[in-house]
Amino acid sequence: MLSYVIFTLTLCGIYALLALSLNLIWGGVGLVNLGLAGFFAVGAYASAIATGAGAPVLIGWGAALVVGAVVGLVVTFATLRLRDDYLAIVTLGFAEVIRLVALNERWLTKGSDGISGIKAPLKAELGLQGFSIFYLGLVTLIVLVVWALLRRLDLSPYGRTMKAIREDQQLAAFAGKTVLRFKLQAFALSAAIAALSGALYAHFQSYISPDHFQPLITIYIFLAVTAGGVGRPSGAVLGAYLVVIFLEATRFATEWLPGLQPVQIAAMREMMIGVALILVLHLRPQGIMPERIPKAPRQPTPSA
Amino acid sequence: MTLLLQALINGLMTGALIAVPAIGFSAIFAVLRYPNFAIASYATIGAFAAWWANAVAGLPIIPALAIAFAVTGVVGVVAEETSLKRLRDNGALIVAIASIALNLVLENIVRFIFGNDMKGYDLPLARDLRFGELRIGPQQLQSLALSVVIMAAMFLFLRYTRFGKAMRAVADNPDLARLKGIDPARIAIVTVFLGAGLSGVGGVLIGLDTSIDPLTGYRVLLSVFAAAVLGGLGSIPGAVVGALALGIAEELALIAVPATYRTAVGFVAILIMLTFRPRGILGERAA
Repeated sequence: MLSYVIFTLTLCGIYALLALSLNLIWGGVGLVNLGLAGFFAVGAYASAIATGAGAPVLIGWGAALVVGAVVGLVVTFATLRLRDDYLAIVTLGFAEVIRLVALNERWLTKGSDGISGIKAPLKAELGLQGFSIFYLGLVTLIVLVVWALLRRLDLSPYGRTMKAIREDQQLAAFAGKTVLRFKLQAFALSAAIAALSGALYAHFQSYISPDHFQPLITIYIFLAVTAGGVGRPSGAVLGAYLVVIFLEATRFATEWLPGLQPVQIAAMREMMIGVALILVLHLRPQGIMPERIPKAPRQPTPSA
Repeated sequence: MTLLLQALINGLMTGALIAVPAIGFSAIFAVLRYPNFAIASYATIGAFAAWWANAVAGLPIIPALAIAFAVTGVVGVVAEETSLKRLRDNGALIVAIASIALNLVLENIVRFIFGNDMKGYDLPLARDLRFGELRIGPQQLQSLALSVVIMAAMFLFLRYTRFGKAMRAVADNPDLARLKGIDPARIAIVTVFLGAGLSGVGGVLIGLDTSIDPLTGYRVLLSVFAAAVLGGLGSIPGAVVGALALGIAEELALIAVPATYRTAVGFVAILIMLTFRPRGILGERAA
């Protein structure tokens, strides 16, 4: 039971990072990334391959951050000048292409067999139970750090500019903001965070295969961010924890239903996710923790 | 040379099949201005409705296609009215996200009823037709003919009927259309019925060639998007041209890259098109 709770909480943290990544780009500059699962996979494979070649785990995570950011720039370079729906379509395609590459480039990714035996940091020293607790602490700490940084970013002039772009990019451009540069930077940073989340996941599971990076993950994270509150890092983190708990709850709830095939139970669970997302969008689009727009500072009245 | 010619023929054939759901996607995009991801599940539902009519009820393919069109059209309208319509004021991205959730729900309803197993249509076996070195399957030829007929019907509808003209008017300028007394809510319903119905028929045509399962629609979603973007988002003739171009590009690329990368070709084609000519082959605006 304890190990189940630790496992679930670690997964919560990993999803919270993905939710922070989506919130940065969606709540920040108003773009959506339907390829989150792809960036998640890129980070996981980057770190698994780097550490597999002998690099220490921290270098692997660094590699995931860098590769994630670079891939983010490549994917968005052609689309960021266009209407937002183009980016949605391109990112969805990107996630699928990443899965195809992971499946087919056996020399790099071992194909559908997946990469096993990914280094678990300090596992030998701490033992199985000790490692799980240590890793949970580490993931939670990273979530806290990223959350604090993104919150700080939100309150900074940079964050205000991002939100100005989200609300009206023409007006922001008119006010002298370099809209395209902000979008590119925000997307690269967001992609890097998703990739870091993937790297944490890879070393947590110590085994990854293309099946771990289904598009369904992206939908989970959209549900997390919408339910938590788009535009608020705390909301994204809360949403991620709630979604994982909801996912686990549907597992127990569907076990009670008699006379269903396993495939029907799986279908019911996925249906519940979809219905939940539609309901949240209709009933509480601002989420549990709605965005707070800070008041504009009072201008000193010029003394005549 | 034969290799190239064969690739060209195969490309036109697959392109013509993709064109049908791509027209559906573009029609919805042109009138309602959001990318509808749920067309993947509409294609799957159409494929299963026709499979039921054909393999279970024993009907020939053409009535089965009509049933698929009607069933998916109705499913599409009900889904749109219950889960997407009220979100339209919140912007295209929100509707698009809701349509992804809707897609997940509908796909899993199909999975719940029919399971994950592959299913095949009940079709007479036939030998490939040969023209010298070139080979064409009679089933492919029939599907090609069907898709050409469907496309022609769609163009006649848009060009000559009241509803078709009204749809084009709303796509062109919604405010002006309203001033002229066109009811946007009715046009939306007709458009969604047609768009979903065409996606359903597309799912059948694609499934006829191979087999179907609950992911049939999702697998063609990227090709449909690629066709629509290549031709120009929201342009219906563009969807056809884009689909044919995509089909040929896929087949030509498969001479050089492994067949498993078929979907990736569409993605690369989108990136190249968006870099150099974002409005697509026949589109008007992209920024």
